[in-house]
Amino acid sequence: MKQKLFNDTTLFLTFAAAILLMPIWLAPLGASYPDLLQKFAIYGIFAIGYNILFGLTGYLSFGHAAFLGVGSYAAVWSFKLFTMNAIPAVLFGVFFAGVLALIIGYLSLRRSGIYFSILTLAFAQMSYNLAYSVLTPITNGETGLQLTLQDPRMIDAMFIEVGEGLPITNLFGIKMSGYSGFYFCAVLLIICFYISLRIFRSPFGLMLRGIKSNQNRMNYTGLNTRPYMLAAFVISGMFAGLAGSLLAVTDPLAGAERMQWTASGEVVLMTILGGVGTLIGPILGAGLIKYFENIFSSFNNNILHDFFSFLPDTLENIVVQVTGLFVGGGWHLTLGLLFVIVVVYLPGGIVEGFQRLARLLSRKKQPDKTSSSLKNQSAE
Amino acid sequence: MDSILIQLLNGLDKGAAYALIALGLTLVFGTLGIVNFAHGAIFMLGAFCAVTFRKLLTLSEKVQDPTVTLFAAYKEVPYLKIWFGDTGLMIIDYAVPLSILFSIPIMILVGYVMERGLIRHFYKRPHADQILVTFGLAIVIQELIKAAFGANPIPQPPPDIVSGSANVGLWLGLGEALVYPWWRLMYLVFSAVMIFGVFSFLKYTTYGMVVRAGMWDRETVGLLGINIERRFTIVFALAAVVAGVAGVMYTPILPPDYHMGMDFLVLSFVVVVVGGMGSLGGAVAAGFLLGIVQSFASMNEIKDIFPGIDQIIIYLVAVVILLTRPRGLMGRAGVMED
Amino acid sequence: MSNSNKFSRRQALKFGAAGAAAMGAGPLIFTRNAWAQAFPNDPGSNANVILGFNVPQTGPYSDEGADELRAYMLAVKHLNGEGDGGMMNTFTPSSLKGNGILGKKVTYTTGDTQTKSDAARASAKRMIEKDGALMITGGSSSGVAVAVQGLCQEAGIIFMAGLTHSNDTTGKDKKRYGFRHFFNAYMSGAALGPVLEKEYGTERRAYHLTADYTWGWTQEESMRQFTEGMGWQTAAAVKTPVGAGDFSQYITPVLNSGADVLVLNHYGKDMINSLTQSIQFGLRDKQVNGKNFEIVVPLFSRLMAQGAGENIKGILGSTNWNWSLQDAGSQAFVKSFGAEYGFPPSMAAHTCYVQTLLYANACEMTGTFYPPEVIKALEGFSFDGMGNGKTEYRAEDHQCFKDVLVVRGNENPSSQFDLLEVVETTPRSQVEYDAKIFGGELGPYKV
Repeated sequence: MKQKLFNDTTLFLTFAAAILLMPIWLAPLGASYPDLLQKFAIYGIFAIGYNILFGLTGYLSFGHAAFLGVGSYAAVWSFKLFTMNAIPAVLFGVFFAGVLALIIGYLSLRRSGIYFSILTLAFAQMSYNLAYSVLTPITNGETGLQLTLQDPRMIDAMFIEVGEGLPITNLFGIKMSGYSGFYFCAVLLIICFYISLRIFRSPFGLMLRGIKSNQNRMNYTGLNTRPYMLAAFVISGMFAGLAGSLLAVTDPLAGAERMQWTASGEVVLMTILGGVGTLIGPILGAGLIKYFENIFSSFNNNILHDFFSFLPDTLENIVVQVTGLFVGGGWHLTLGLLFVIVVVYLPGGIVEGFQRLARLLSRKKQPDKTSSSLKNQSAE
Repeated sequence: MDSILIQLLNGLDKGAAYALIALGLTLVFGTLGIVNFAHGAIFMLGAFCAVTFRKLLTLSEKVQDPTVTLFAAYKEVPYLKIWFGDTGLMIIDYAVPLSILFSIPIMILVGYVMERGLIRHFYKRPHADQILVTFGLAIVIQELIKAAFGANPIPQPPPDIVSGSANVGLWLGLGEALVYPWWRLMYLVFSAVMIFGVFSFLKYTTYGMVVRAGMWDRETVGLLGINIERRFTIVFALAAVVAGVAGVMYTPILPPDYHMGMDFLVLSFVVVVVGGMGSLGGAVAAGFLLGIVQSFASMNEIKDIFPGIDQIIIYLVAVVILLTRPRGLMGRAGVMED
Repeated sequence: MSNSNKFSRRQALKFGAAGAAAMGAGPLIFTRNAWAQAFPNDPGSNANVILGFNVPQTGPYSDEGADELRAYMLAVKHLNGEGDGGMMNTFTPSSLKGNGILGKKVTYTTGDTQTKSDAARASAKRMIEKDGALMITGGSSSGVAVAVQGLCQEAGIIFMAGLTHSNDTTGKDKKRYGFRHFFNAYMSGAALGPVLEKEYGTERRAYHLTADYTWGWTQEESMRQFTEGMGWQTAAAVKTPVGAGDFSQYITPVLNSGADVLVLNHYGKDMINSLTQSIQFGLRDKQVNGKNFEIVVPLFSRLMAQGAGENIKGILGSTNWNWSLQDAGSQAFVKSFGAEYGFPPSMAAHTCYVQTLLYANACEMTGTFYPPEVIKALEGFSFDGMGNGKTEYRAEDHQCFKDVLVVRGNENPSSQFDLLEVVETTPRSQVEYDAKIFGGELGPYKV
């Protein structure tokens, strides 16, 4: 038991270090620039929160994008009405997402399995369609909610001289774009990870797992599982709201498409791709999908020609032609293939890949480190 | 009166489309227990069978346009016209109905390969894995189609003889104002035939009986020594054919593009679930119900009272039904509830 | 108005001349310090300058995006002095030298907007933060253009919009750092109005189907303004969900509404579907009020015409540019595009190519990449030889004013690309409007 606690601490510290050092170790992968780092952190939070619901209880929500979107809208409205400070924006985002999650969760959790999934999907799609059209006065429709020079910003107006251009989001003077924005998100991600870790290890977490393995049995013991489910749903909705508000904090714009089913589907895919129910998996899945979306889509034939310039010309052209199908406009194809390959060969997601790799390595090391290999064998 | 009747026709027509797509989906869903996110892609593949077939029929001799010198601009004269004259043109005119014949073997093949090559390995895997693999597969299929045909919709006109409107009003004795496109009426009839066909197959053949038994209790059927696996392959192929020909028939109404499957995917899941898991009749009923409700919600008189209602009506109805009826319209207990 | 424009332009030229002198006078490092105008992604002493081409590569507009990208590559080639030079030979007054921009070779980075505001901004941010792009351009929808334009304003990077037709882009949401060469919904209405009057008379009842988002609304507003202005009545204006697919439930009420014209304020796939289905419902075979029923599509493109096939024949609409134009600029562009890719450019490709050249030219004029100076050079800049006749970038709202083409779906095409025939070239004076009517503020030069 004691050893396990130690493991969690190590896990947490390693995680925190890895996140904070992302600007360094992601540089060789071409992913070390503020916007993408922010996206990694933000979608990491989104996926962690989603995993609290899906990973622990097995309830597959297909409407979590609604909470992401509401978090964004609430945050931008906070910027427009009150202040450019990030803290109220985040609080508003989390609060409103929590409220919406309470309503949707209360209704949807009356059903289970696929019926639950479709209920959440229906709620999210309604939110999306309304935000795109009828609710345009609140959401600014397709264009997305933006800051304007005419916004009142009541709190800021009392303390700060109004500048010529649009004000920028800040945390008591620290601007929230660029690397400082990333570190803000990263710290919140680490806190969220810690919360998720504690939930996984808590009696509450055990209860949720119990629901996943057999809800009927839980009910037979005289326990009402609904409040636990609802708590998990609201918590994960608030995580999504936090992620949504952070999207607005780092880039003050909120668009309706954040609530579309494709966005809900994305977080489902992130979680499954990384490894459902694992602590790290969803974050890995989120990172991988965002990496593909932002980096693979930017490779054009010019870059490919540079990359393969060591080949003879004719061969180079053929190679560029073929690889060109998978990058740039073809990044979706690569992503689709990745989904299929991962799920076929690594049923537990990317995390399982790492586990297998670790096992392979430790097996290879066997002759040198007898003690550790012994431990491993006993574990198996 | 006319406007209500015609919206009813619209609703039936939409419902027919929803029901046909949902039918295949619920077959795979209810029988095989597979959450098939690639079902929309299969529908789209069917539509592209029609596109391909027309492309084959209209293989053309290219006659250079002499006035354009900056690039190759040409007028296309199909070989069929050159060889067979008006008969050739008539064959091309009937490309869409003919491509149903073309699409059936292809869709059977698609279904067979998909099931044997991939889906089969996922019967015992969690739904999450099924979603990921079928979604990945759908993206791959979509992107391949996009690479081959581009992203722009490709027009597929119906045969000339049915390209206009039928005077439904006269038939019903309601005056001349009530007209409805021939092709949409044909689509309605076609889907009724398809639905009837699938139902009779399941109900009146021993084959179908075993499949239905498998829907109820796969293990017991397996224990009885019946090769349920092979039948599952056939069910999957059947679902692919139903979706595929639905796609072919839909092309004159909606010029197909690589993304059309995704556009229908979410909706078809809603239809299946509202109908109730494991119930073919439920899916069909839900398809028609949602189609009709959607049509009526789009009427100006209703939109004036509830602006934007037409955008959310399907989901609203879905929510109400699922909250009032625990398993949708006709769902069976225990199917996909955990 | 034009006077003040000229003044500001001259002023800009003067600044530019001073800048060029300063550049010439000292070594580069010194210049930079002397100007003390550090700006984002200053190429400084680099041999290259990087432009960001942000176009839809996935999603419904990816064919259009692909065509935009082709045009950009061609523009880069021409700017670097490769190829036949295309419109660089016809563009006047041109400061372009064919040796890159300010002697620096033009390179580029590409990204995928997915036609989603979020993705487009993420992609633009990558170009700015990671690749060091000095200018962002492209896009195929107004939502994306407005979103990226806002981002560029905050980042201090110039944005040369691609295809965006909403009045908002250079109206309500205009930005100091954003420029649009493409025409807008108002101009479509202004150009179509007189042609509709001539073809269909003044006694008409129009029924509008409008895509339910900002572009659709501005398009409907402008079409109603002009058609009602010449005496048409509006029977109804109905909003349809974007991506509805089947529009039957919106088309059938048209049949018995007493309307004799249907205006489809739809774009892309929506327009292809709604037009195809309208014609299946027999609208064009109908006689209402003793007149032939007509369909109008305010914004046309060749890709849409391809998607709608036969149904486009005889339908009136407007377009920014068409490859069949016979002026020297258009011919030069079609020639080099055709030679490069084997088919004619779309109007999206045309606007993107022109935007790139205009940006490069503004840099050459001022002799610096410093955005506030480049902006001043573009503001009020008048030019010719780019395929739309005499054109001016209006200083007040960064909208290009030029002739607008009214086109009709070709009844008897002579080739697979000959889908639109130009009915009329509406002169620029007829589509001009007061910049104030749409509101909005450009914002500061320095951010």
